[in-house]
Amino acid sequence: MTLRNKILVLVAVLAVLAGVAAASLLHAADRADKKNQVQAGGPQVGSGKVSLAPGSGQRIVFRNMAWGPHRDELATVAATDPAGPRTASGMKCLRFYAAAGTGICLQAERGAVTDSYRAVVLDAGLKERAHYSLPGIPTRSRVSPSGRWVAWTVFVGGDSYAGTNFSTRTAVLDTRTGQLTASLEDFTATLDGKEHHAADTNFWGVTFAADDRHFYATMATGGHTYLVRGDLAARTVTALHTNVECPSLSPDGTRIVYKKRVAGLPADAPWRLYALDPATMRETALAEPRSVDDQVVWQDGNTVAYALAGDYGADLYTVPADGTGKPRRLLTAGLAPAYLP
Amino acid sequence: MYVADSRGAPAAAADAARAGSGRRSAIAPTVFALGTVSLITDVSSEMVTAVLPLYLVTGLGLSPLGFGLLDGVYNGFSALVRLVGGHLADRGGRHKAVAVFGYGLSALCKPLLLVAGSLPLIGAVLAADRTGKGLRTAPRDALISLASAPETRGRAFGVHRAMDTAGAMLGPLTAFLILRQAADGYDAVFTVSFCVAALGVLVLLLFVPSRTPQSAVAGSAAGAPAPLSAQGAPRVSLKAALALLRVRPVRQLTLAALLLGLATVSDSFVYLLLQHRLGVPDRWFALLPLGTAAAFLLLAVPLGRLADKVGRWQVFLGGHAALLLAYVLLLTGWQSPALPFLTLALHGGFYAATDGVLMAAAAGSVPAELRSSGLALIQTGQALARFACSIAFGAAWTAWGDRTALGTAAAVLSTCAVGAYLLRPSNSPKEARL
Repeated sequence: MTLRNKILVLVAVLAVLAGVAAASLLHAADRADKKNQVQAGGPQVGSGKVSLAPGSGQRIVFRNMAWGPHRDELATVAATDPAGPRTASGMKCLRFYAAAGTGICLQAERGAVTDSYRAVVLDAGLKERAHYSLPGIPTRSRVSPSGRWVAWTVFVGGDSYAGTNFSTRTAVLDTRTGQLTASLEDFTATLDGKEHHAADTNFWGVTFAADDRHFYATMATGGHTYLVRGDLAARTVTALHTNVECPSLSPDGTRIVYKKRVAGLPADAPWRLYALDPATMRETALAEPRSVDDQVVWQDGNTVAYALAGDYGADLYTVPADGTGKPRRLLTAGLAPAYLP
Repeated sequence: MYVADSRGAPAAAADAARAGSGRRSAIAPTVFALGTVSLITDVSSEMVTAVLPLYLVTGLGLSPLGFGLLDGVYNGFSALVRLVGGHLADRGGRHKAVAVFGYGLSALCKPLLLVAGSLPLIGAVLAADRTGKGLRTAPRDALISLASAPETRGRAFGVHRAMDTAGAMLGPLTAFLILRQAADGYDAVFTVSFCVAALGVLVLLLFVPSRTPQSAVAGSAAGAPAPLSAQGAPRVSLKAALALLRVRPVRQLTLAALLLGLATVSDSFVYLLLQHRLGVPDRWFALLPLGTAAAFLLLAVPLGRLADKVGRWQVFLGGHAALLLAYVLLLTGWQSPALPFLTLALHGGFYAATDGVLMAAAAGSVPAELRSSGLALIQTGQALARFACSIAFGAAWTAWGDRTALGTAAAVLSTCAVGAYLLRPSNSPKEARL
């Protein structure tokens, strides 16, 4: 082939490839645009004032995922009528949690080229009290029952060829003093009675106790996950149990519901919800037969709520925490719920 | 016994004379063509790498927490693939064919990502992608070396590595610009990535000439000098490839690369240490690999040229000295805003002084007929040693903490560098060129 012909072939194929690339880009842009239009039959969403303060009837606050202008905004719905009209706050969050008038919103911040992420601590009126930049993609957030302590977890990864390494960073913040522990890896860890330090140690899914001193979380190292009990004053974590991810402590502190890897399940859906009594380490399987990849929240002393994949990203479900009953759908097109008294 | 090039054969002597005749010889068009293929392919693959975590977490809603997609077993397999690629390329001089297959396989993996919706499937696609990468690396490096005059190989590899790294830096930018135009448009990212990869394969098909062992031997007459084996063409077989280890310079290089690889702490540990010991803020963590890449990009050509001038062996060892210095900086724990930059510059300099330079050095001791197998052998030895180092370093970190682990790595690196220095092929200036 002469050089001229080679260049002709190159230009011809280049035109085809550019056409395919442009078509895929337009298609994706068009689809992204559709998500900004309200779907018929979807939940009713209107703008309004959202307050995290207790008092105006029990509500659920969550990330509204219904398509339309309020997609991804923090919204509330009456706990007695979860399928009813939603009030959207205008504030966008990827992950959210709230307790006692303190909110934590993990949000994307549009940059010139790529999004960056930040954690915003909110007061009861959704006003920003402080913000912190995040080193990765938000995945979990929690506030202590008193509203004083806040924790979040992000994914950090993809820096090697073909992105094979994923790790997490979990931060703990004392909103009273402003003291931030950027990574729980700075705490002294004890595993099997020995001090443990390994480069592969990762933490995720903090849940706080009511005493504002203790917490539980998942620690992963050496291919295993552990339930750890942490002490915010002593800055220590101690492994108590194995195969526990994303623990969530009951309001009375007597039970932990978590996701457990169960042998024999497919590798992409390996989890089932279990309840653990930390006093006896007795495990009870909950009645949800599907794989749950979420950190549950307690609706009350007896029921937990969690997200499962749905048509518009995720739907929320509830199931009794004692292994009885059946899962029920709480609401569609929602994620990251918190119950406001 | 094979004799390294640039010695004995009249044709090679003529080349050397031509190269040394004042006029700086140009980089062969084939090297630029291969550099372009690598640049384009790296744009394609790094596009995927950059958005993969986002895609898994926000696109598919998966939790890849704490569990790698590809495990250690795959690293062993990948080493084997590299050797196979090197060997197949030498049989019948099919460097280009094997390279096309490797690049093509990786390109075909991109649309597969669109349909792979679960972690195990995505892991399988990534494994196939990396198999393509493993297959093509040695034949491509062999083509670069065969197209370049021995005196300019350091520079030729430097140019190739710089172009390759430039692509790696452009890829994430392209991907994020696409996501800007189309929120959650991961399918568009994968489709564009495929189109870019296909373009790379096309450039390879059109603009990189295929070589046979005959044309390699006749290469100097055709204007692209190629090394000669003093005893004619050896039979290309697995046995012959392994017998390369009986050739003193090849054995010395392999041993040196292996020794030094045993003390080369993997990138992710270096970035973790930067964060732990120098207190690099969390939000900069994702930018650390960019720092290494930038230094690699800037230094690859100058250090390649330096290697041609003062000797590849010296520059290769010098690169490890830069790495040792980076370890020492991390060990001091000395807090200064300049220190992370200095450490990353040294880390990138280490790659610039060792990655292409090792191939340039190896090409000088492996006969043209077994070039691809020989390069694969040395690369594999180095990769396996680095993998072993990663495991040992992780274990040392667990047992003793990061400071002691790093101190040990620095001590091992110093020892290995002394060992490698003693292994240096010869002190004669001519051979120092190796």
